[in-house]
Amino acid sequence: MSEWSKAISGFARDAAPEATISGNRGLRLEDPLLFEQDEPGRSGVDLPEPPAVDRLGALRREGPIGLPGLSEPQVVRHYMRASQKNYGIDMGLYPLGSCTMKHNPRLNEKLARLPGFADIHPLQPQSTVTGALELIDTLARWLKELTGMPAVAMSPAAGAHGELCGMMCIRAAIEARGERRQRVLVPESAHGTNPATAAACGYAVDPIPANARGRVDLTALKEKLGPDVAAIMLTNPNTCGLFEDEILAIAEAVHAAGAFFYCDGANFNALVGRVRPGDLGIDCMHLNLHKTFSTPHGGGGPGSGPVVLAASLAPFAPLPWLVHDGGGLRLIEQAAGPAARAIGRIKGFHGQMGMFVRALAYIVSHGSDGLRQLSGDAVLNANYLLARLGDRLTASYPGPCMHEVLFDDRFLRDSGGVTTLDFAKALVDEGFHPMTMYFPLVVHGALLMEPTESESKASLDRFIEVVRGLAERARAGAAASFHAAPRFTPRRRLDETAAARKPVLRWRKPAATTREAAE
Amino acid sequence: MRYLPLTDNDRRAMLGAIGADSLEALFRDVPRSVWLDRPLELPRALGEIEVERALTGLAAKNVPLSSVPSFLGCGVYRHHVPAAVDHLIQRGEFLTSYTPYQPEVSQGTLQSMFEFQTQVALITAMDVANASMYDGATACAEAVMMANRVTRRKKAILAGDLHPHYRETTATYARFGDFTVVERPANPAAEDDLAALVDGETASVVVQNPGAFGHVRDFSALAEACHRVGALLIVVVTEAVSLGLVKPPGEMGADIVAAEGQSLGNAPSFGGPHLGLFATREKLVRQMPGRLVGETVDAEGRRGYVLTLSTREQHIRREKATSNICTNSGLCALAFTIHLALLGEAGFTRLAALNHAHAVALADRLSALPGVRVLTDRFFNELTIRLPRPAAAVVETLAAHGLLAGVPASRLWPERRDLADLLILAATELTTEEDIAALAAGLGAVLQ
Repeated sequence: MSEWSKAISGFARDAAPEATISGNRGLRLEDPLLFEQDEPGRSGVDLPEPPAVDRLGALRREGPIGLPGLSEPQVVRHYMRASQKNYGIDMGLYPLGSCTMKHNPRLNEKLARLPGFADIHPLQPQSTVTGALELIDTLARWLKELTGMPAVAMSPAAGAHGELCGMMCIRAAIEARGERRQRVLVPESAHGTNPATAAACGYAVDPIPANARGRVDLTALKEKLGPDVAAIMLTNPNTCGLFEDEILAIAEAVHAAGAFFYCDGANFNALVGRVRPGDLGIDCMHLNLHKTFSTPHGGGGPGSGPVVLAASLAPFAPLPWLVHDGGGLRLIEQAAGPAARAIGRIKGFHGQMGMFVRALAYIVSHGSDGLRQLSGDAVLNANYLLARLGDRLTASYPGPCMHEVLFDDRFLRDSGGVTTLDFAKALVDEGFHPMTMYFPLVVHGALLMEPTESESKASLDRFIEVVRGLAERARAGAAASFHAAPRFTPRRRLDETAAARKPVLRWRKPAATTREAAE
Repeated sequence: MRYLPLTDNDRRAMLGAIGADSLEALFRDVPRSVWLDRPLELPRALGEIEVERALTGLAAKNVPLSSVPSFLGCGVYRHHVPAAVDHLIQRGEFLTSYTPYQPEVSQGTLQSMFEFQTQVALITAMDVANASMYDGATACAEAVMMANRVTRRKKAILAGDLHPHYRETTATYARFGDFTVVERPANPAAEDDLAALVDGETASVVVQNPGAFGHVRDFSALAEACHRVGALLIVVVTEAVSLGLVKPPGEMGADIVAAEGQSLGNAPSFGGPHLGLFATREKLVRQMPGRLVGETVDAEGRRGYVLTLSTREQHIRREKATSNICTNSGLCALAFTIHLALLGEAGFTRLAALNHAHAVALADRLSALPGVRVLTDRFFNELTIRLPRPAAAVVETLAAHGLLAGVPASRLWPERRDLADLLILAATELTTEEDIAALAAGLGAVLQ
């Protein structure tokens, strides 16, 4: 044993490292909050002194706002230090199930920043933005061809917003028939946004159970269908990573009951270029451009959630509409003429243009052949994980899976108390972002892994080796070390209960905090 | 394909490990009848050079605001964004991370959002703010729905000079959320007596400051009228920079502020992605929509941040959630917070003063033009003028001569013939004396 090995093996593994004077730990640099670096009068932006004019009436803001003053180098360091406390897909595998964390090409960032896209105003004359309209139209054409649907609403700002848009169109179509249906059927495995969306559209949510094969129980579904059912909201592939193999029968039953078939398109990455929702009997589906088409997730958005619509729903699509008109493209911004039955606006302006540019660049980079390869690789990678992990972890359902694979916590049963959460945190120490935990709700202690097509075989092999090793450790009774994980992150586990019990949602000057505490 | 790392050798080896004969075998749960066996009717893959060429070609067909004198506002403003902002938000750790569900590896995003929430609360003079909404219009609709929950009532009164896109978005949400909106007519000339309309069934009154025509107003008396009958006052702000100079909603008694944050850190980008700001009073926080970041400590007692109060949210509460929102505008919020961090108190207030001064110069110059009347006497950086003829045609003519003169009111209120002669213009710190002179000359020539 070398001296070096002896030295590092001498450290007690679970103890916090000895405190440094600075609080930093090597390259892991701490930084006070912006507000704690304030020097009044200092600014990181030099602007000319404005002439003293006042046309505000008596509405001038009096008194300090309380914003801190920092110079540019301080601000740059602050955010550089902050960035280094984050994990990103640029750094490694991010197998977050149902989130499709794939590579974000930098070309797309560059193109979205061209002045011809970034520096144009949504209300400038349409004659001065013909390229922007053409770009939206081109993307719309791709989305329609990829989904086999005749129409698309481009304005929704994210997946959940797309759901809302789609369900509004469905309700409008039902009302146009002179009906008022009450219920929306949602499988138990659905994303939380599905029931929340149905409720926001004024519907009661009626859950549909899953069968033993992890799919919608068709018999139960048929029993729940009736003249008061407006729609079913189904994710396909579902959140267990399985294709709903009775989907054609589901669509038939739903349509026979006079209801609409909404599909949550969050998992479209498995199907792109191979299976078209329009051929499955789906009436309406949102696409997450920030998942399938790689616009960066940005730590929580912005997203973009265009909704493809069947002919029966297209007349109700929200404003604005982009139409071909006398040889050119034109935005229709009012519910009149061909758009007379439009549900109206669901957000400001025309949609997430910056995301459209990125998504179109991504799509044309792949082309029809590359997109088909992409979904094939995504499904292959997930099945490879299933094949190589299936004997150590417990797969919830037999394969093949689609683009993601679901395990549950049965493999941790004899580990002396290691939970899915512990397992996820141990993965963090190994340098991986964890899989989705405890979702879907239909299995116990879910671990949902979606590797995406962006991972090489070597990357998957490293991950597999680590997951297998951790499962082995858990079985060998290393529960205490799992409970202590993560140990090598900028912060250890955080007290979420305390955060919710007495919420501190903003910084306040320390003196004020002390006084409040005393009160 | 440059983005796909697997080689054919890898694929064969992996299929072998899986025990599948072919890739198609993995798709066996998909009914054979729906397999797409023909190629898509779309072009094949393009290299980076070709993609860049194609999209640059499309971009070149548009007229960027920076290429001509431009005076467009109405909820989207062209401001200067310091270079450091875009550099920092393109850090891969920020750009390519997910919603911070795993706080130990997301402290960068979480701390930045905590600072963002603090800044938004400060500039609006409210107690708390969330981690962002999609945009100002959806923030407005969500604010109305929140007021419905708080008051257990179902009627909102929308001011006539609320941005029409905000009004229409809220009306759409109302139609499907089964609540009522009373839409007041737009009137650029006179103030509407909204207080007279507030009654015991009113959940909220929604006003905008500065209004869609540019007027700044004090809503303190309206806030009192709302509070007397248990209704909430929602103040919309479409130009966040105004908060550096104009009395903030929190000091007028607002209960909820729904604002658009694009002006700081974010490009106009043809209307999106933008950034919804949402702030309220402490006691209403549990009825708020959207994500919230809170401070806590880690296992070693060090300060850290987590997503909190998530029992309001769809991933926990499902159909009982306060909103269905999930992904919001994280990176736009980051750009906003970095820009505001760079400005600081001194820079932000000076930026606002500069915007105001340029708008004053614009107003004075335009009011000297024969046939032009400035309708806005108290304003921040945006104002409305009346022309002797329909503004849309004037704007088209000027656009053909390389001038983006503003937004004709008919673009936003096409049903209102009486507003057809109105033109809404904004000035920012980027507006130069030359721009104003060019506009005055152009307008003068067209109106002759």
